[in-house]
Amino acid sequence: MTWAWDNRSIVIDLFLVHAWLSIVPIVVGFVLAVPVGWYASRHPRLRGVLLSGGSILYTIPSLPLFVLLPGIIGTGFLDPLNVIIALSIYAFAIMVRTAADAFTAVSPAVLDAATATGYSSAQRGFLVELPLAGPVLLAGVRVVSVSTISLVTVGALIGVRNLGSLFTSGYRRDFTTEILVGVVAVVLLALLLDALLVLLGRVLMPWSVDGPGAVGRLWQRLSGRGTERASDVAAAGGRS
Amino acid sequence: MIEYRSVAKTFDDGTQAVLDFDLTIDSHTTTVFVGSSGCGKTTLLRMVNRMVEPTSGQVLIDDEDVAGRDRVQLRRSIGYVMQHAGLLPHRTVADNVATVLRLNGTGKAAARERSLEVLHTVGLDESHASKYPGQLSGGQQQRVGVARGLAADPNILLMDEPFGAVDPIVRDELQVELLRLQRELGKTIVFVTHDVDEAFLLGDQVVILKKGGEVAQVGSPADILAHPADDFVRSFVGLDKGQRELRLEERDGRTVVLDGSGKPTGVLADERGAGTA
Repeated sequence: MTWAWDNRSIVIDLFLVHAWLSIVPIVVGFVLAVPVGWYASRHPRLRGVLLSGGSILYTIPSLPLFVLLPGIIGTGFLDPLNVIIALSIYAFAIMVRTAADAFTAVSPAVLDAATATGYSSAQRGFLVELPLAGPVLLAGVRVVSVSTISLVTVGALIGVRNLGSLFTSGYRRDFTTEILVGVVAVVLLALLLDALLVLLGRVLMPWSVDGPGAVGRLWQRLSGRGTERASDVAAAGGRS
Repeated sequence: MIEYRSVAKTFDDGTQAVLDFDLTIDSHTTTVFVGSSGCGKTTLLRMVNRMVEPTSGQVLIDDEDVAGRDRVQLRRSIGYVMQHAGLLPHRTVADNVATVLRLNGTGKAAARERSLEVLHTVGLDESHASKYPGQLSGGQQQRVGVARGLAADPNILLMDEPFGAVDPIVRDELQVELLRLQRELGKTIVFVTHDVDEAFLLGDQVVILKKGGEVAQVGSPADILAHPADDFVRSFVGLDKGQRELRLEERDGRTVVLDGSGKPTGVLADERGAGTA
């Protein structure tokens, strides 16, 4: 603990760098995977090809990819961009399958109803399909988030600074405390990001069926209100 | 007025849903398509708002072929109510009802005001407005479905087995409610059901369909009961089982109505206590 306190500025700095190196690939992977997944859900024949393509991408080992990328795209060897691009590829690979499943799971009856009431296909896509795919997409992003945060640490092996650097340095110096601090910090980051994602889901999808959760229920009790009004439902983070 | 001219529909898989169908539906009346599954009744209904395109023939609304109209605009001008209500689970009741208004560019406040008004029209309390569809009972959801269909005040309301999934008591309630609404609003309603009692209750004009979209008989419920076209119709409406062939019998000064099997189903109302027929 003393070590962590004495080196808090370094640890915090690595924590922030690590968060940055994780969040960018998660966002990029998500933004790319959603339209591709949507397309795959619409074209059953292409679906197989796209999804196995995604799986193959994911089987590329991360370390060689970090090392090879500079040669392929011309970045510097120590450029954090290598890690960001490689992890975006992995995020995409995991996310595309979930996205395809998410869109496939949207009830055809609801889509039919939306079409019959006069949604154009673009409006239907953004205002009906995307939000209804939301809960499954969120579940996918949560997996991607954890996986990305852990993969970022591998970047330390090629000299890209992040919380993984505490592992390499601790290992080199045979200093277990540093490694442990690194592990705890990585886990904390993963938990923090996951909590943020869950919170985001509650705010964006108050209608989602998985209930208010412990915090939401507590809030309902404290605020002394039921779930009669949508604003309350949103505030409580779900519906009972 | 809605007009079907020699309409036929063969689906891509070769299923013949409708074969040469002609019909005129007068404005401000209720027409019910009734038949067992596979008779093409839903297909015919969905041709009106171009959810299904006929393979040949024309569907006209006020003498204009719907094929020439923009699909999305056409659908927004026609109310559509379906089985299981088809509400958007991620939008509140008020937002669901306001859907078409918002799509047509009505402002948020005006759309909300109108949706509360329509909810009231279909007999739903304002307290439901901010709930999500999943928080309502099946009957309430169906009312919201009707409200959504009516919100933009369309001339035509298409109803595809709207009361098929609710329990019998709620169904009775909704049917009565629909009759009341129709008396007040005078829409041109096209209604699809497999329940002949529902068809006779709601329809000014009833179209009985056989498999393959063949018309067995078109007429008012009274005409169909008085002069069933053939044995299919006779059996479909229940005339062969005797439930609809009623007899009168004098019993201690009252006229009792008996069905074909001799079971009493009621008394004649207009002679209560008078003892004369």
